Order: sequence, then C-alpha cells, then structure tokens
Amino acid sequence: MTTLVLGLVLGGTYALLALGLTLQYGIARIMNLAYGEVTLLAAFGLVFLFQTAGLPPLVAIILIAPAGYLTGWLLYTFMMRPLVQRATGKPGKLEVDSILATFGLLFVLQGIMLVLFGANFTSISYLDQGVNVLGVSVALNRLIAFAICLVAGLGLIVLLNWSRWGLILRAVALTPGSAPLVGIDVNKVSRQGFALGTALAAVGGASIAMYQTFSANDGVIFTMKALIIVIMGGVGNVAGALAAGFALGLVETFVATTFDPGLTLAATFAIFLAVLIWRPQGLFGRRS
Amino acid sequence: MIRLAIALLGLVALAVVPLFASEYELGLLIGMATYVALASAWALFSGQTNYISLATVAFYGTGAYTVAVLNESLPYPAVLLCAALIGAGMALLVGLSTLRLSGIYFVIFTFGLAELVRQLITWYEVSITGTLGRYIFLDLTARDIYWQMLALAAVAIGLTAWINRTRLGLALRAIGDDEVVAAHSGIHLARTKLIAFTLSATLITLVGAVASPRWVYVEPLIVFNPTVSFLTVIMALLGGANRLWGPLVGAIPLFLLFEWLSVNFPDTYPIFLGLLFIAVVFVLPNGVLAGLDDLRARFGRRGK
Repeated sequence: MTTLVLGLVLGGTYALLALGLTLQYGIARIMNLAYGEVTLLAAFGLVFLFQTAGLPPLVAIILIAPAGYLTGWLLYTFMMRPLVQRATGKPGKLEVDSILATFGLLFVLQGIMLVLFGANFTSISYLDQGVNVLGVSVALNRLIAFAICLVAGLGLIVLLNWSRWGLILRAVALTPGSAPLVGIDVNKVSRQGFALGTALAAVGGASIAMYQTFSANDGVIFTMKALIIVIMGGVGNVAGALAAGFALGLVETFVATTFDPGLTLAATFAIFLAVLIWRPQGLFGRRS
Repeated sequence: MIRLAIALLGLVALAVVPLFASEYELGLLIGMATYVALASAWALFSGQTNYISLATVAFYGTGAYTVAVLNESLPYPAVLLCAALIGAGMALLVGLSTLRLSGIYFVIFTFGLAELVRQLITWYEVSITGTLGRYIFLDLTARDIYWQMLALAAVAIGLTAWINRTRLGLALRAIGDDEVVAAHSGIHLARTKLIAFTLSATLITLVGAVASPRWVYVEPLIVFNPTVSFLTVIMALLGGANRLWGPLVGAIPLFLLFEWLSVNFPDTYPIFLGLLFIAVVFVLPNGVLAGLDDLRARFGRRGK
C-alpha cells in the first residue's frame, strides 16, 4: 500500500515531465536532450527563491511556470528555429541537428548550474509533516506536488482536446505539412508547443524540488525517464504519457523498496527494453 | 599508394617521437592518441550512418573497469581480449534491441547507457563485493601505453579506410543517405548497422582498457565521465565525421584546447565546451574538411 501511494505521487511528477517532452517532440519536432537540465534549473530556481527571497514554493511556482515558457520561447526562436529552417526538405536532418545542438546545450546548462550551485545534493524542508492517506503516512509536500502535477496535466488534456488552440497544436503535431493549408502558422505553433513543453518541465522541476533531494548532475536521469515514458505512452499521446508516467513511478518505487534504490535506473531501462522489443510504437500507440 | 606511404611514414615518425619527449609531452601525446582513436572509432559507425551514439564513455569505462577487475588474475593480453569481448557483447545487446527501429530509439538508449552501466557497477560493488574503487598495478611504462594507443588509433583509421572500400562501407553510406532507398536496393539494414556498431564499440572499449593503467586507481565515477562522450562527438563533428581523416583533424586541436581550458578554467570549462559544440553544429555542420572543400571550390570558380 505504501508503495502504491508513494509510487503514484512520484509517477505524477514523471508524467508531467513526460508531457512537456512529448509536446516538444510531437509539435516542435525537437528532440531535446537538455530537457532534464531545464527541469533542474527550475528546481534550483525554486530553492533559491525559497531560501534567499523567502518566497513560499507555491508562490514561486506561479513565477517559475511563465519563466519556463519565456525560456522555451527564447530557446526556440534563437536556437531551434535556424535549425528548422536549415532542415526544410531534408528528412531526418532536423532530428540529428536538434539532438546534437541540445546535447551541447546540456553541457552549457549543467556547467552553469555546477558553477552557481555546486555539485552537492540540495533539498529544502517545506511542509514535511505527515498526512494520513489510505492508512499511509505521506509528507504534505509530496501531496501538494502531486496535486500540482495533476492540475497541470489534466489542464493540459482539457486544453488540447477542447480548445481551439489545442486543436491547432494537435493539427501541427499530426500533419505539419498540411497545417499551413488551413491557415496555421506552423512556425508560431511550433514555438508555442516548445515553450509550453519547457513551462511543463519547469513546473515539474519545481515540484520535484519541494520533496526530493537533487544535484546538478541529475539532468541526464530526468531526461532519460521522461523519454522512456514518452516512448512507452506513444510519441505525442498525452493520455498514454500520463498512464506510462504513473506506471514508471510505481515500478520504480517498488524496485527501490523491495530490492535496492541503486537499481531504479536499471528497472527503467528494463522497461524500456521490454517496450522496444514488444511494442515499439508505445503501449497505447497504434501501429503505423 | 602515395597516400598510404605518407600515412605509414607519419605513423613511424609518431612512434619514434616519445624517445625524445619529456614526461609531460608524453602525457599530451597519449591524450591525443586516445582521442584520435576514440573519435575515429566513433565515426566508423556514427559518421557514416548518421546514427548518433552518445554512449562512448559507456564502452570506454567498461574497458577500463574490466582491466581494473581482471589485472591481477589474468595476463595483460588476456585482459584486453576479455575487455574486447565484453564491449562487443554489450554492443550486440544494444544494437539488437534498438537498431531494428528508427534512429531515435538508438540515440535515446545510448544517451542513458553510460549512467546505467555506472549505476549497475556501483550497485554491484557496494552491495555484493563490498568495495568501491580498485587499483591497477601493471608493469607498463607511459611509452608502452602510448605505443599501444597509437596502434589502436592506426587500426581505427585503417579499418575505416578499408571498410570504405568494401560493400559494407557502401551499404553504410547508403543507409546514411536514405534508409528507405538502402532497404530497397537490397541492403540488410539491421545486420549492416549491427556489424559497424559492434566494430566501433569494441575499438572504443579497447581504448578504455589501454588507457586505464594511467589512472592506477579506478572507480565508476572516474571512468564513466560524460565529458569523454561529449568530446568524442564534438571532435569527430569538427573535423568531419564522414571523412576518413576528419576525426583526427578535429581531435588534436580540441584535445589541446580542452587541456588548456581544464587547467585554466577548472570550473567553467564545460560551459565553454558546450558553447563551442553548439557553434560547431551551427557553423560547420559538415566539419572543417568539408568547409575547406567548399572554400576551394568557390575560389577555384572565381579564378576561372
């Protein structure tokens, strides 16, 4: 039971991270290997705002989310857009270029964080009294983080499925070639999709900072987990990513409690391997 | 034929250099040879096919760690053989599970592979053998290591040159250009990629094994340093990953730059390297050698 509750809480954060990544890859077609670094940047931002400015984390998140959107907007405009332009008419070129460019970005961001915050593990204590959930004592900060992820994730689903903007985003994700025919500015929508994904990464990072210790070297692990969830759920599949995120959180908590916390990444990879061999189109994806 | 003679003469000259070099210069030479070997071996697969492998250090570290585990129980050549076999086995495992699918899965898998291997070894050492960190005591001088590394670099470049002339090389280039076309012209995609990836990864594992005695003390955090993967990719790209001599042209200046940066800016050098990497992707996407060819073509036309 403890595993179930804690796993679901962890899974909520993973699902949110994966949603952001699936937006960036599905809509903007950018494979962002620096995604985990953006997440960590937001996490450090929250700690900084909390410790030096004394801002309560819940207020800080309200600031961090738009800051994430702005960061994504700038990254897309100045870094990704030239790559997109260069790759028009050359299939596969954008994928390779974006992988390489964001791989470089990863080291830049990681280097900046190491200089600013050092390589030590960081955490804050905020609302860590226990709350009884279904007979399990869960720290309040975890529950709040879970609620944030749930609100952001469900909000996104509603937005994508029932608003005009969501319709446009989905149109570009589905057929970027035909979207201009119905008057959609693909460049603008891609930028919005990328920025929205970055904002989700920032919210995810900020909620991780509320209940977990982390260090400037953890970026690769976050990116990896988000990527694996996206693949499990099927690329561009929002509901699939949510479900896969919860599944991964559960498996990871189970492995950490019954076997060894040092084996969680191995468990993640094992799932990845199983998905690749059994259903490479994702657990919830359709065969193309 | 003349090219081959020049290359062999260069190799002989490089082999004689350590007889006159100081201890510090010899260290630099070993570093350069290491990265020439790594970048060339990396380009053997990734340069031709456009399948970006981000797992260089996963194999490199595995090679080094194999030596650390086995150096007291087996003779040195047998240790190297074991390292090569383990590297090849790992490459087959990764390749079989990802190379049948689209390239993105391969990139993602290799992206996390180094971290996975590092965590697995750490877990094994801490909870099963109870020791973290091992010593390597081998009776090898710096010169021996340099000669071995030089030989590996020569093998990597020689093997690339040879493969370029065979059907395998043609198939790899076809895959790099357009996989659908390659499949329609009868190329067995998965097998071709698997062979090249395994060759490349085995070489990288051997580089790690040969380099390891320089450390003396080895632990997972030291040998699985992500900077190695990063440097290898940027070196091959800077020179031109699909050229025979491209990785060498990129590796030597970047290694010296890296040495200088890491001595003078020990904290901030990753930022500079990252920016340099992005700059290479934007300004010289096909490498310096291709850039030079472009310039020559432009000036040649103007001359006429």
